[in-house]
Amino acid sequence: MVPDRSGVSCMIKLDGITKIYSRGFLRQQKTVAVNNVTLSIKRGETLGLVGESGSGKSTLGRIALRLIEPTNGTIRFEGTDLTGLSGKELRKFRPRMQILFQDPDTALDPRMTVRQCVEEPLAIWDRTGPEETESRILDLLEQVGLTPDLIDRYPFEISGGQKQRVALARVLTLNPGFIVADEPTAALDLSVQAQVLSLIKSIQKRTNLTLLFISHDLQVIGQMSDRVAVMHKGSIVEQGATQDVLNNPQDPYTRQLVAAAREGEAWLGKTRDTGAVH
Amino acid sequence: MELIRIAGLKVIFSTRSGEIRAVDMVDLSINDGDSFCLIGESGCGKTVMGMAVMGLLPKNAGITGTIRYRGQDLVAAPEHNMQQIRGREIALISQNSANALNPVMRVGDQIAESLLIHQLCPADKAWEQTVQLLGTLGFEDPTQGASWYPHEFSGGMRERILIALALICNPRIVIADEPTSGLDAQVKTQILRLMKDRVVNGRTLLLITHDLGAAAFLSTRLAVMYAGEILETGPTKEVLARPLHPYTQGLLASLPSAGLHPIPGLSPSPAHFPAGCRFSDRCPAVQDRCRGNHPVMIAAHGSRQVRCLLYD
Repeated sequence: MVPDRSGVSCMIKLDGITKIYSRGFLRQQKTVAVNNVTLSIKRGETLGLVGESGSGKSTLGRIALRLIEPTNGTIRFEGTDLTGLSGKELRKFRPRMQILFQDPDTALDPRMTVRQCVEEPLAIWDRTGPEETESRILDLLEQVGLTPDLIDRYPFEISGGQKQRVALARVLTLNPGFIVADEPTAALDLSVQAQVLSLIKSIQKRTNLTLLFISHDLQVIGQMSDRVAVMHKGSIVEQGATQDVLNNPQDPYTRQLVAAAREGEAWLGKTRDTGAVH
Repeated sequence: MELIRIAGLKVIFSTRSGEIRAVDMVDLSINDGDSFCLIGESGCGKTVMGMAVMGLLPKNAGITGTIRYRGQDLVAAPEHNMQQIRGREIALISQNSANALNPVMRVGDQIAESLLIHQLCPADKAWEQTVQLLGTLGFEDPTQGASWYPHEFSGGMRERILIALALICNPRIVIADEPTSGLDAQVKTQILRLMKDRVVNGRTLLLITHDLGAAAFLSTRLAVMYAGEILETGPTKEVLARPLHPYTQGLLASLPSAGLHPIPGLSPSPAHFPAGCRFSDRCPAVQDRCRGNHPVMIAAHGSRQVRCLLYD
């Protein structure tokens, strides 16, 4: 293990990450999905990654966990360089880093019950006795706000918000230190989005999780993150403390994003103000 | 002038797991030129309402009540009458632009088809009109755009194609079902502006959405739907500024800009609604009488109505 100069306070550090997809005749057509991205996230911190569809934010999120191989650059997880590790060596780190996907419908196996789904990581990593496993599953379900009567249901028998909670319980089984949350509420209704996001926040507070929170919704990012990185066409165009970026955007693209979000807020805000005047 | 009057509308789906009451005793009236928004979360019955007006419900839907449009009851109308109305008088901007278009047909042909079916003009004219319409909907090269296939467009452009499909026969009423779902903030703003200019302007709009921002921007009147019922109606600005029903209040507090304060619990399953108020299990202001008595719509000040015993 190579110690990181920034010490243990830095959970994950991406340095010069580039991802180029080649396609077409002799694979000569190149698409640069991620272009020379450098960022780091401190332990317990949430970095919000915002950008429009196709900006490369999901690709970057997956590269951070080495679910996609970067073309160039290094990934350091708690000081260890993950880029050179073999699959077997990498496996040691897997329980510590997890991903929460956008669409719980495709993230859960339709043929596994809630119990099987949450149990699977425990069976692989943490071979405890059946009683202990059972109490651990019930404890996890409680943490994510699910009642024990759902334990033998299949994904099609529960609602979208409940499915995302099951996905979250599965992600939390092995006490990860770092989670990539890739638009975890894009498929959910407003009130359910609020439920799931406040749940993620409270779990983070309790367990000191480090989060890479990916979203195209600047208002959600504003509520969830300590710092924001704005991605546009594969590059990070601006990053900084959430309030600084949202209140005083420097990059022209960030300004556009903030203006669009402000306009959306204004439509609602204006209606609320008129109410106060009456 | 009243254009559509829905009275006692009920839509029940018979399924193996029992009867699903998707829409339950809905009364609504939409005036000519109104922008009326049905707002609610997944499964509340808002899309089913739109499909009922279009006469596009599946065969296992049992529909009772009346939908009066210009002296005619659309619920009882025979299919050949509905074919005359559909597209020409009442048009639909359907949900999910990725699935709503025919993937193996040029978009121009799909749009022009409607003109030809309603025999509004000859084929060569229909193509010309299609290209012209696409030009006004933000296509830089509408001639080329019309000859492309749906997969060659981005989500935002496909949404514009759906708007063209709805507008081509110049209908009186447009029903827009979630026109902004799945779009980025900037594209969403563009589409909403376009809808305000081109759809709302001079027409009657029935907007079906879960997006409070879209509702605030486009609609003049709002009905909040929950568990198959309307819980609150009134002018959009007033409802959003001073929501009466605890559910509407909770919905507004759930907004990221309001600090993400969630409503506890889940919407009830449409197979087993609570006996009293359908929101009673999640309501912060619930009283004992809410659980036994099913509230009716109560007239509040102005033209507002609310289904809640707090205002009894």
